[in-house]
Amino acid sequence: MADMKKDLVIIGGGPAGLSAAVSARKEGLEDILIIERDTRLGGILNQCIHNGFGLHTFKEELTGPEYASRYITMVKEEKIPYMLDTMVVDISYDEKTGSKTVTAMNSEDGLFRIEAKAVILAMGCRERPRGALNIPGFRPAGIYSAGTAQYYVNIEGKMPGRKVVILGSGDIGLIMARRMTYEGAKVLCVAELMPYSGGLKRNIVQCLDDFDIPLLLSHTVVDIKGKKRVEGVTIAEVDSNRKPIPGTEVFYECDTLLLSCGLIPENELTGRLGAGLNPVTGGAYVNESLETDVPGVYACGNVLHVHDLVDHVSGEAASAGKNAADFILGKNNTRYDGAAVKIRTESGVRYSVPSVVRPSLMPDTMTVRFRVGNEYRDKDLAVYLDGKQLMRLPKRVMAPGEMEQIVLVKSRMNRIMDPSDGAEHEMVIRIEDRQ
Amino acid sequence: MRDVTVIGAGVTGSCIARELSRYELDILVLEKGSDVCEGTSKANSGIAHSGYDAKPGTLKARFNVEGNRLIHVLSRELDFPFKENGSLVLALDEEGRSGIRDLYERGIKNGVPDLRIVERDELKAMEPAVSDSAVCALYAPTGGIVCPFGMNIAFAENAADNGVEFLFETKVTSVERRTDDDGKIYYHIETSKGSADSRIVINAAGVYADRIHNMVSEKKIHITPRKGQYCLMDKAAGSLVSHTLFQLPTKSGKGVLVTPTVHGNLMTGPTSDESLDAEDTATTAEGLGTVISRASLSVKELPRMTITSFAGLRAHEDGGDFIIGEAEDSPGFIDAAGIESPGLTAAPAIGVFVAGLVRDILEPAEKENFISVRKGIPSMALATEEERQALIKEDPAYSHVICRCELVTEGEIRNAISRTLGATTIDGIKRRTRAGMGRCQAGFCLARTIPILAEMLGKPEEEITKCGTGSEYINGNIKDGI
Repeated sequence: MADMKKDLVIIGGGPAGLSAAVSARKEGLEDILIIERDTRLGGILNQCIHNGFGLHTFKEELTGPEYASRYITMVKEEKIPYMLDTMVVDISYDEKTGSKTVTAMNSEDGLFRIEAKAVILAMGCRERPRGALNIPGFRPAGIYSAGTAQYYVNIEGKMPGRKVVILGSGDIGLIMARRMTYEGAKVLCVAELMPYSGGLKRNIVQCLDDFDIPLLLSHTVVDIKGKKRVEGVTIAEVDSNRKPIPGTEVFYECDTLLLSCGLIPENELTGRLGAGLNPVTGGAYVNESLETDVPGVYACGNVLHVHDLVDHVSGEAASAGKNAADFILGKNNTRYDGAAVKIRTESGVRYSVPSVVRPSLMPDTMTVRFRVGNEYRDKDLAVYLDGKQLMRLPKRVMAPGEMEQIVLVKSRMNRIMDPSDGAEHEMVIRIEDRQ
Repeated sequence: MRDVTVIGAGVTGSCIARELSRYELDILVLEKGSDVCEGTSKANSGIAHSGYDAKPGTLKARFNVEGNRLIHVLSRELDFPFKENGSLVLALDEEGRSGIRDLYERGIKNGVPDLRIVERDELKAMEPAVSDSAVCALYAPTGGIVCPFGMNIAFAENAADNGVEFLFETKVTSVERRTDDDGKIYYHIETSKGSADSRIVINAAGVYADRIHNMVSEKKIHITPRKGQYCLMDKAAGSLVSHTLFQLPTKSGKGVLVTPTVHGNLMTGPTSDESLDAEDTATTAEGLGTVISRASLSVKELPRMTITSFAGLRAHEDGGDFIIGEAEDSPGFIDAAGIESPGLTAAPAIGVFVAGLVRDILEPAEKENFISVRKGIPSMALATEEERQALIKEDPAYSHVICRCELVTEGEIRNAISRTLGATTIDGIKRRTRAGMGRCQAGFCLARTIPILAEMLGKPEEEITKCGTGSEYINGNIKDGI
């Protein structure tokens, strides 16, 4: 029994949710609701006060809050309803009727249910905490995820510490090295377990090099000292198996350890809903429409796979919004009987989004995004369809920190396969030696 | 002059204080930590042992079996999380069979109810994930899992509701036997926050109990802290096993357990390393590695889903048994020392026993208005739909989610702060409500919990701590000192 009915419920009012909402409205969908757990729209962008956002989407360089405000303005202009300070606690799917029930809570409406024709998952991601990293030592105050520190500095105007070591060279960690320095803290170093950084090259230059903050590749924290508050950390070099090398330990006296060791898509709701999750990304398996394996439930943004650039999130979410609207408005055929292409990734390519493409439902060109598992120089990206080479792209550098993409062209695929044959086809994306 | 002073607000001290609060007595509890449950009580296996392990005739055996029975009853009266999930001691090879037999016999001698040995097929049916090398197991249906924080807090709160005074961040620096003008013995206690005189002193000081004891008694005791390291895993791994799986101790080690927690996580541990430092609760890479590799022996595939790891210190006395009772040369000085495993299980029984000793000495009257029950903080995560709606109707703060991983609301956090012996620290909130105990480990809720605590304590956010003075989170404003 639902307390209200909606055509489309979007879970999350960050960049993905906002873009999806605007796009669904532009497609002609009236009845939309965005549910956001924070007290304002915009998601994590609100605390990302540095610039560098929007170069692709708006062709100019914006700060996070500026980028968010562009989309918030569009949502308001389109008069798309949203609920703030509201937490979704469950999503369920009724196979018989195809309807989805979203259960949520807030202090105005209490606990309530919404019956939806389609749902877009846009919950974003969370940071990997210390516990999941198995860093030994004490458990004092002063260990923060980089994002929590960013919240304190940028939103609250408060300092989480004064003398800082950062573990992990993800983008938030790099950005926070610069922010903490600007605000009067001393950042001693950034240690990175891997032999390469997990962040964007431009951030290493602008946030570390420009401030003479050392980046210690192949290093990790092996001990945390301090019973009440962090008093220091021990950093050691690691070997090729990522095991600390005895004798390389160096003690850094500090009061704060920031962790920027990876982001995890927040898919607890998705899992309970019954949608299949890809263990590599932590996000749902989706098809070319960004639809999960629960019909009418779509995913986009960092809840699907962690992106480097918000511009890509907005683009992906716009597709999800359009596809969800088409689903509700009956524009796309839900009883699909054409061909399906499963994408397999191998030899260094870790995953792909989407993982299934139904050629007759895909647009004329479609972007497939993925990450590689190591640093590669002067290699080729090769794509095969049913064993035949579909494309081959020479790549000077590929690294785990930078998302890669290929663009599938429908007409080219159709030269190799028959899109209406109802059969299963296979596409392989792999890294090969330069030809 | 106080009637009774209890040193230590861990589970032992709190259970004793709660039993004593039945009587017309002026009772003080001194605790060096910033909250109850700050030492050994907060970092252990959280098991209500059935009682087959301890040697028959020892205090451990006696109080374990009785404590287990009391937990079954008191978890309802004092409303703390307990589940009788049953425990299994695995023999991981045929050689272990005789060890299982020995444990069975020992359990029978100790009076453990319903013990039996289960063979491989039944074991597999009970625990499909159990390792293929397990040949048989000792099954103890009365074994259970308990929330160690919830239990400690419940006893302390109920004691406070019955008039016991608790002082925190108050470290005992000396205890001295004195005689008053009437020739009666009393004890003078110096602390970091002033002094107190007391007819009776109860030593429930955990890993420091030897130091406290040796301040007054010539018959010295000696405690070695034994570190136990644990890995706690995501709730997604919590249903791997339903019983608590112990390993039969072998030449290569005592074995580690694999257990669901009462809140639905999966827990593995502990190691056992002797330590020289009673404050050394740091985990080590080696220790955590041992936990995982040993735990992997009990089950087919141990998930790699650790969300946090921790270490606790067991107070091991040289004699190997609990030391409970009046010190021989110090009338009115009562030890509850050397309380290592099965100390958590035994604590309620120790409480009853020690209260009995005090009653015999002071002969107090029983309170007419003793409050025997206590209601815990409601949990939105565990509540039924109807209960949730009712809570929200009563206070809309119960629909404002603060900790999303564990579904803890502002209502629960405010309740935890405002109740008897309410939380004054972030750890205090965590142990009372589970906010911050989930898979993101407070990454999301910390910044939302601090303002609520600051507001309710009437303090600036800069003064909010994790676990007492010196563990502040925030260090001034941006641009300070530039």
